[in-house]
Amino acid sequence: MSLLEIRNLKVEFDTAKGPFKALDGVDYTVDAGEVLAIVGESGSGKSVAMLATMGLLPDTATITADKMDFEGLDLRTLSAKARRKVIGKDISMIFQEPIASLNPCFTVGFQLGETLKVHTDLKGKQIKDRIVELMTSVGIPDPGGRLNAFPHQMSGGQCQRVMIAMAIACEPKLLIADEPTTALDVTIQKQILDLLVQLQQDSGMGLIMITHDMGVVAETADRVIVQYKGRKMEEAGVLDLFENPQNPYTKALLSALPENATGDRLPTVSDYAEAGGF
Amino acid sequence: MSDDVILKVRDLYRTYDIKGGMFKKASTLTAVKGVNLDVERGTTLAVVGESGCGKSTLARMLTMIDAQTSGSIEIDGLSMDISKTGISKEMRQKVQIVFQNPYGSLNPRQKIGHVLEEPLLLNTDMPAAERRDLALQMLEKVGLQLEHYGRYPHMFSGGQRQRIAIARAIMMKPKLLVLDEPVSALDLSVQAQILNLLADLQEEMGLTYVFISHDLSVVRYIADKVMVMYFGEVVEYGTRDEVFGNPKHDYTKTLFAATPQADVESIRKRLAAKAA
Repeated sequence: MSLLEIRNLKVEFDTAKGPFKALDGVDYTVDAGEVLAIVGESGSGKSVAMLATMGLLPDTATITADKMDFEGLDLRTLSAKARRKVIGKDISMIFQEPIASLNPCFTVGFQLGETLKVHTDLKGKQIKDRIVELMTSVGIPDPGGRLNAFPHQMSGGQCQRVMIAMAIACEPKLLIADEPTTALDVTIQKQILDLLVQLQQDSGMGLIMITHDMGVVAETADRVIVQYKGRKMEEAGVLDLFENPQNPYTKALLSALPENATGDRLPTVSDYAEAGGF
Repeated sequence: MSDDVILKVRDLYRTYDIKGGMFKKASTLTAVKGVNLDVERGTTLAVVGESGCGKSTLARMLTMIDAQTSGSIEIDGLSMDISKTGISKEMRQKVQIVFQNPYGSLNPRQKIGHVLEEPLLLNTDMPAAERRDLALQMLEKVGLQLEHYGRYPHMFSGGQRQRIAIARAIMMKPKLLVLDEPVSALDLSVQAQILNLLADLQEEMGLTYVFISHDLSVVRYIADKVMVMYFGEVVEYGTRDEVFGNPKHDYTKTLFAATPQADVESIRKRLAAKAA
């Protein structure tokens, strides 16, 4: 059985101009121990799909799916209360802006502790020990001292490490990372990606990487789903995708990478759109 | 060849004073430490480095947003030291800038036509009809339509807004264009379109670019010369092939090693390492 299995997911937003289809019948499956990358441009619905899974979309969204199972648990019919037991514990998520995701009014130690208080039976000293252990595992130097630091006293990379520590605090079975490195420098990006992949391999959790960066896909994924305008364009193993892309849109994306430039001009997606008709 | 050098920077320093408080002594922070560079007409210099390395401070000094603390900047034979001489209209016509975020760099209450005409209004005596004609021509040149003249920024996509920002920058027919991470906020396919547009404009107008970026694959594609900055200092400076072919400084090597490899060979290697 897959860890997460979603069939025919549709998400519509009510807007002043009528309903807007953000996601039009997409299937996702993730197995334990697998890294799935969902790649696409802005507006492709890649974040919406995962927010729908987490139940984080606003009321204006209408979510329908034929199937939405996490470890045999039907996420569609789950009450808000029951959902909160799963979200943050068995499924957790990391967002793009690490500094904005943390509360500026509380120390990072306190914020890490909150997760543990809600989802585990740990008390007092045990919580503190676990926080130090978590901060060590995500590579924050001097974890005992940094506990009392406020988010603004840490760099973007450090804050993202704290977010990761928070996300893995309850040893989730599935971690969703929504553009985890987009706001970071290349050298820091490398460290964070290495850390995520390392944690994923050590714990055997499923990892979903949402990204628009083909480089990140190449460095982390086992399997890739390419999305465009709310529809799935292609799904393939990472090597197959880069070596032998089937869909014209995937081909367009890969050839728009500056490192693959052959002539003077970069091919753009619209060049392909005319030829490939998507 | 020295005649062809359009941008000449010697021993450029910029320090900022950090105010002291009740418990803190005042100190100074040196954001740019002794930068030297020459850029030839019609070429592209890429400036690479991570956040806080001083690359944007350098851009601000080149575009006269900020004054240098010491050192000289010479653009097209004109010496720039705004703290001493102030800014003349002539200086403004030499150099223009395009910023990273096309959502923040356009006034939401200003129509596109007005955005494009404003540099002319401020810096030239051109009559309104002529300004309008130039703005319309410029829209076509950067791949927008004439009917976009009367629209507001929110009606455009990120890529279109960046086209507008580029159009505004070249309205004055500058010699030098400073591009501060112009494609970082854009999707991959839009990025390709903007890079193509920049290449076309460079060829057509003989523009010289200082292209600030942290994305090495873009730099490799667009640059003639590359400068790597680290904590305000230039640690590597040379032609693209020199820097990419034989990086000398440790930081440059770290930077290259950190850049994601999207070629099939690297993926195969990674998967093999994972399976083992």
